[in-house]
Amino acid sequence: MSIGGPTEFEAVTAADGMNTDPSGDDAPADIQGRSLASIAWRRLRRDKVALAGGVVIVLFVLVAVFADLIAAVYGQNPDRQNNLGPTSPINDVTGLPNGAFGGISPEHILGVIPLSGQDLFINLVYGARTSLSVAITATALSLVLGVSLGLIAGYFRGWADTVISRTMDVLLSFPTLLFSIALIAVVSYINSDPAIRFYILVFVLGFFAFPYIGRIVRGQVLSLREKEFVEAARSLGAGNIRIMFREIAPNLFGPILVYTTLSIPNNMLGEAGLSFLGLGLVGTPSWGQLLSDANQYLQVDPFYLFLPGLAIFIAVLAFNLFGDGLRDALDPKSTR
Amino acid sequence: MTTTAPSSAAAQPATSSAPLLEVTDVQKWFPGRSKGLLSRTGNPVKAVDGVSFTVHEGETLGLVGESGCGKSTTGRVVSKLIEPTGGAIRFQGRDISGLSRRAMRPLRREVQMIFQDPYSSLNPRQTIGTIVGTPFRIQGQKPEGGVKKAVQGLMERVGLNPEHYNRYPHEFSGGQRQRIGIARALALRPKLIVCDEPVSALDVSVQAQVVNLLEDLQSEFGLAYVFIAHDLSVVRHISDRVAVMYLGKIMEITDRDSLYESPMHPYTHALLSAVPIPDPAVESRRERILLTGDLPSPSSPPSGCVFHTRCPKYRTELSDSQREHCRTTQPVLEEKRPGHQVYCHFPQVRTDLIDGQPGPVRTTGPKTA
Repeated sequence: MSIGGPTEFEAVTAADGMNTDPSGDDAPADIQGRSLASIAWRRLRRDKVALAGGVVIVLFVLVAVFADLIAAVYGQNPDRQNNLGPTSPINDVTGLPNGAFGGISPEHILGVIPLSGQDLFINLVYGARTSLSVAITATALSLVLGVSLGLIAGYFRGWADTVISRTMDVLLSFPTLLFSIALIAVVSYINSDPAIRFYILVFVLGFFAFPYIGRIVRGQVLSLREKEFVEAARSLGAGNIRIMFREIAPNLFGPILVYTTLSIPNNMLGEAGLSFLGLGLVGTPSWGQLLSDANQYLQVDPFYLFLPGLAIFIAVLAFNLFGDGLRDALDPKSTR
Repeated sequence: MTTTAPSSAAAQPATSSAPLLEVTDVQKWFPGRSKGLLSRTGNPVKAVDGVSFTVHEGETLGLVGESGCGKSTTGRVVSKLIEPTGGAIRFQGRDISGLSRRAMRPLRREVQMIFQDPYSSLNPRQTIGTIVGTPFRIQGQKPEGGVKKAVQGLMERVGLNPEHYNRYPHEFSGGQRQRIGIARALALRPKLIVCDEPVSALDVSVQAQVVNLLEDLQSEFGLAYVFIAHDLSVVRHISDRVAVMYLGKIMEITDRDSLYESPMHPYTHALLSAVPIPDPAVESRRERILLTGDLPSPSSPPSGCVFHTRCPKYRTELSDSQREHCRTTQPVLEEKRPGHQVYCHFPQVRTDLIDGQPGPVRTTGPKTA
C-alpha cells in the first residue's frame, strides 16, 4: 500500500507548469491547500458504512469511559447480587431469572445473571471498559515496538535488519496461544495480584502482535528510504534521526492508523478468548468471562449467552468496518 | 600546475583560473554480490572508474551517456551522497572525499542537488513552505525577515505563486514540482548545483522552461552546474563543456561546440548520429551509426579499451594489429587537440554527423561559452 504517490486530485488541481507569472494563476489566492489528511477525511465522510462503524466505536468508548456515571444513574453496579428478597428477579427454586429473555424488566433492562441476579447490562458496560482498555493498551504496546523496530530495521538494514527480522519471524511462528496460557497460569500462581493479570494480558496480546506492524513498517521504510526526497534531505546535511522522524515517519501515518483500527478488535477477541478460558482479568467483569459463565445456562437461559456475544460482535465489526473504510480513504489508488 | 600558473592566469579570465570543483581519478566500486555462502567477494561493480574533470565557477559541465554508464553515480559522488572508493574531490581547493557527515555539513551549503523525478523528490507529507524552508532549518540559518519570507521569495524567483506556500506537492504538476526542487536547491545560495537529469521526467514544452529557468538562475547567482542528462539536445543547449561517459569512464571531454561539431571518439559519433534532426532531407542523407550488442557488465569490463566490444571503428576500419592494440592496451584520456581530451587510440574528427543543426530545445540564441 502506498500512500505517498500522486493522487487523482493532481490531474484536476494542478495547472500546467507553464505558468511563470504568479499573478496569472487561475486559482484564487485564498484557497487553502488541502492536506492529505483532509482529503482522506472527505473520502471517509462519503463512506457511510465506515462512518457508522466510527459512530459505534465512539459510543463504545463513551460507555467505557463513563461506566461509573451510567452505573450511578442506572442504580446498579456489577457486583450487586439481587437474588434475595421478595422482589428478586431470580426464581428461588431454579435459580433462573423470572420472566422472558433472561428476566428483562424496567429495573434490569437486559435481564440478570442466573443464580447471583447481577444486572447484565451494567456488567456489559463494565465489560466494555475492560475490553477496550486491554485492547487499546495492547495495541499501543505492539505499535511502539513494531514501529520503532520496523523503522530501525528498514532504515539501517544490515545486521540490525537481520536481527530484528529474524526475531519477528521467530515470534510469528511461536505457538502464541499455548505460551499465553502457560505464562498466565504460571504468573498467576506466583503472584495473585489482580493488577498483574492486566499487564500479562497486555503483554501477551501486544508483544506477540508487534511483528505484524513491524513488517509493514519495515517494508514501507525500505521503499521510502530510496525516495529522492530522502536523498535531498541528506544532501542538505540532515542526520539519520531527522530523516527517520521528519521525512520518513510522517509517511507511515496511514498504515499505522489502519493497523491500529484493525488490531484493536483483534485484541478484543483475544482478550475475550483468554477470559473465556479463565485467564482474563479477575475482579472485574469482562465479556469473555460472561460468555464463559453463560455457557452453563445455554439450554435454560440462552439470552444470557447471546448478549455478551452480541456486544463482542458489534464492537469488533464496528472497528473492522471503520478500519476498512479508513484504508480506502487513505489509499490514493482506491476508486471509491 | 604551479609552473604554468602565471601564463595560464594571463591567458584566461581571473575567475576561471582556479577550478571550483576538481575531480581527480574518482572511483566508485560497489561491492559485488557474493556468489555462494562461503565466498564473500564477487567482482566489484565499477560504476565509476577513474573519472577526472573540473568545473569552474559559473560554468556548466554536461555529463552525457547511455543508461548505466555511471553519470548519476558520478553526480552523487560529487555531491557526497555516496562516498567514492578512490580518488579525490576538491571543492574550492579542499579535498572533501573523506569528510565525515558532521564535517561535511557546512559544505552542504555550497553544493546542492536537483533530482530527476519531481514526484519522489518532494516529501508528500510536507507543504511547499516546509520543503523549501528545510535547508534553512537543517543548516540553522535565520534568513532576513524570517524563513517564510525567504521561502516565498525563492518561490517567486522560480516562477511559483508564493500564495501556494501551504499547499502540498500533489497539488502541483511535474514542471511546478521541479521548480519547487530548484527553489529548495537554491535556498542556501550554493556555488555548485548537481542536476541529475532534471528535465528528463518532464514533457518537452516544460523541459524548455525549466532549462531556461536554470540558465537565468545561473547568470543571476553565478552558479556552476554539473548537468547530467541523456538528451544531447538539452545538454548542447545548456552546457559550456560536455563530458561523454561510457561504462564508468569519460570517453571524451571538451567544450560544447567542438564536441558537437567535431567529435573525435567513435562512441560520441554514434551518440550524435542518433540525435534526430527535424529535417527529413538531412535525416535521409546522413549516416546513422548503430551500436550493436549490449552494454558490458561493469563488474567485468572488457580488457584494453572498454569500448572495443561495441566500437564500429574497431569492427570495420582497423587493421588486425591495431585491434590487438585496442584489446590489450587501455587508452588514457588525453588531449588530442587543444582543450579536447579523448579516450581512444585512434580518434578521428568527424564533422558530418549533426550538420551544425541546433537541437529542438534551443529557444534562445546559442550561448557564448
